[in-house]
Amino acid sequence: MRYLPLTDADRRAMLQAIGVPSIDSLYRDVPEKARLKAPVDLPSHMGEIEVERAFQAFASANIGASAVPSFLGAGAYRHHIPATVDHLVQRGEFLTSYTPYQPEVSQGTLQALFEFQTQVALITGMEVANASMYDGATACAEAVMMANRITGRKKAILSGGLHPHYRAVCATHGRWSGFSLDAAEPDPEGDEDLAARVDGETSCVVVQSPSFFGHLRDHAALAQACHAKGALLVVVVTEIVSLGAVKSPGEMGADIVAAEGQSIGVPLGFGGPYLGLFATRERFVRQMPGRLCGETVDVDGRRGWVLTLSTREQHIRREKATSNICTNSGLCALAFTIHLSLLGEAGFTRLAALNHAKAVQLAERLGKVKGVSVVNDTFFNEFTLRLPKPAAQIVDTLAGRRILAGVPVSRFYPDKSPLANLLLVAATEMNTDADIGALAKALEEVL
Amino acid sequence: MLRFTNEHEWIRVETDGAATVGITSYAQEQLGDVVYVELPALGKEVTKGGDAAVVESVKAASEVYAPVDGKVVAVNDKLSGEPSLVNSSPMGDGWFFRLQLSDKSQLDALMDEAAYKKFCEGQH
Repeated sequence: MRYLPLTDADRRAMLQAIGVPSIDSLYRDVPEKARLKAPVDLPSHMGEIEVERAFQAFASANIGASAVPSFLGAGAYRHHIPATVDHLVQRGEFLTSYTPYQPEVSQGTLQALFEFQTQVALITGMEVANASMYDGATACAEAVMMANRITGRKKAILSGGLHPHYRAVCATHGRWSGFSLDAAEPDPEGDEDLAARVDGETSCVVVQSPSFFGHLRDHAALAQACHAKGALLVVVVTEIVSLGAVKSPGEMGADIVAAEGQSIGVPLGFGGPYLGLFATRERFVRQMPGRLCGETVDVDGRRGWVLTLSTREQHIRREKATSNICTNSGLCALAFTIHLSLLGEAGFTRLAALNHAKAVQLAERLGKVKGVSVVNDTFFNEFTLRLPKPAAQIVDTLAGRRILAGVPVSRFYPDKSPLANLLLVAATEMNTDADIGALAKALEEVL
Repeated sequence: MLRFTNEHEWIRVETDGAATVGITSYAQEQLGDVVYVELPALGKEVTKGGDAAVVESVKAASEVYAPVDGKVVAVNDKLSGEPSLVNSSPMGDGWFFRLQLSDKSQLDALMDEAAYKKFCEGQH
């Protein structure tokens, strides 16, 4: 049986029809150094059992975060997902439904998205939230572009506590959409003060809470400093569980909140798909990107849900749309909503308290390891350690002992040697006392 | 003096020399119920044919173009609370903005009422 539908003759005919000499010539826009020089070396054929065996061997070379003591964080967090979440999101009515243009056949999906928006608005302390974005990083870039539209300005100030990946996504958008970034130096101590940098050209200041290095700060004064200069405050949250314990961005005076929702209901999954959360003030709703579900009544006065304010979107406004996002992360948003509904307000608060307690326990234990110091004076469930040696080496050594010790800061800032000894460590409800003991003991042995 | 564009804007030169701009009755009928109007910033310099405002109805969102070059000297703040004025009084209380004209002679290229009426009949 042949699995490949095209013959060499078919290919030749197609290339001739479009007037190019070879398939490779279609890839000339890809930089030379990124192109393969020769075909990937693969065996010509293999049986199904052999293929499975080969891939199982590849997979076993990974160290799964759920298989060993793991303290990885830095924007993606390992949390428990109740079996109910997986079961409900896999119901056919939800799993196979696409973006709900037709309210008469999509009430279930629309209601779920409406509940999702309500939850996001409540936990972020904002007035309105959309039906989700691709992930936290793209939500952050969209927040900057929204601030640019509202203020008519084109310069955003990025905190040194913002996740470097989020900064990179903002830079990519800025490069092609024509706005500039004033990015502060990395802020491992959490003592930067951005208020003085805000001027009449600034569209927004973007801060992360808790910061990339784990610090918790009240940004209320910064919000006031922004507003005094006609700028907006964007607050980014990469660990959404923190909002069960700390003052919400809305209470601090944020104008836009861009967050990663992965921690609630979405597995680590090798980095995606994740869930962007986006919330703002009601007065800015027409400048908000993305889908929005609204509550309405039908001809008989019964409650129902529809997509609303769609005229902001690309399928109607074309190139004048507020954003190029014309969709949402529907299934991840549903998982988030089911998980958060199962937790309830009290459960969400308890989950946050448990995460913080685990992190405190971890910090106290690791702080006793000779040569190790905890950089943070505040944190939620993740903090920065200063080691006596480069952190990347230590992480590699401990991976050899099947412990995922955390994320070395040098992974994001390879050229900044003062950061080389810094290690980000996170603890969640998944970390046991034995995990914490194992990490501390291993560190004591290798340092 | 009242003039019309083929994008269905009207422009009326007032006694103080400034010109009021809105959309025509034909335009509001085509749009349906207007739910939102985005107006230009005061002091904004607009150019003939360039984007000046956005009008959004239950059916569609459309650009409102500047009929001539000029500077925005007033906007109709009433529309933010009561966008339906565009439907009920397109040539009156539903006006969009006022322009200080850069070059009055640009008005000569626009249609008068009779020509616009004929133009609309040709649209069907």
